Amino acid sequence: MAVPLDEIKVGETRERVVVEDLKRTQIVQYAGASGDFNPLHSDHEFAVTAAGYPGVFAHGMLTMGMTGRVLTEWFGRENLLRFGVRFKAQVWPGDTLTVTATVEDVASGEQGPVAELSLRTVNQDGVEVVTGTAAARLEVRA
Amino acid sequence: MPTIRLPVEAGHMLTFARAIGDDDPAYRAALADPDVAAVAPPTFVMASAHFDDDYPLRPKPGEEWFGSGAGPGTAREGGGGLHAEQHFEYHRPVRAGDVLTAETRPGRSWEKRGRAGLLRFTETITEYRDARGDLVVTARSVGVVPEAPVSAASGKEGN
Repeated sequence: MAVPLDEIKVGETRERVVVEDLKRTQIVQYAGASGDFNPLHSDHEFAVTAAGYPGVFAHGMLTMGMTGRVLTEWFGRENLLRFGVRFKAQVWPGDTLTVTATVEDVASGEQGPVAELSLRTVNQDGVEVVTGTAAARLEVRA
Repeated sequence: MPTIRLPVEAGHMLTFARAIGDDDPAYRAALADPDVAAVAPPTFVMASAHFDDDYPLRPKPGEEWFGSGAGPGTAREGGGGLHAEQHFEYHRPVRAGDVLTAETRPGRSWEKRGRAGLLRFTETITEYRDARGDLVVTARSVGVVPEAPVSAASGKEGN
């Protein structure tokens, strides 16, 4: 079910911690499920010695996937029309990520009202790791 | 590029949802009852990598893998690039039971001089269509590869 139009206000926000103390095992879990086995994300020896990073880091798409939960829990997966992000900084094991979604506008789309959203995901130091936008279909109550 | 076939399976969707911390009971319900046709997480189509025979970031039997074993492995030139942006447009929800085909084409490419030297951005567009040929998801991915070594370019420009 879509969120009714009259229950959404421009400027309204939802904030949610989507992961606390990110574990390396969750990064491995994402590698297995997504099929992206880039060793930068699961192979400490490779990440440090061969690639020169301080250690393994999360797939950007894991952060995007976790960010998307705020949208889907609010509007329902079937109502998403658009979802896009920029990856701003790396996410490391041990990070805690907080997502904020803000209703920037309520527009009328081809098939009814649409909520236009901005997204911001920060780590425990307040550093932006992902920013983005999304659009979700709203319901008009009879 | 060849067309990839992505069968959207309830079990695969459940493991993907778990990996991103999405514990919606609908994924489990879809395992028990195919009529549930659960809607996929919004980033699920990325898992089409599993069904791309030529996908480079998966070890393959009989082929050299660049990650560590006895040695530390070998980093690719330019670090193999990083994911800069990802955008999805949903024409309809992706559901368990869908069989999607994915066709990828190159998009724009541009350069930007940053603190770390010259950065080359490349866009790829992937269209996911259902068995009837109708567009389901359009994905736009932007990758970035440093074109010049950091040390060679860092002295030239400010930002």
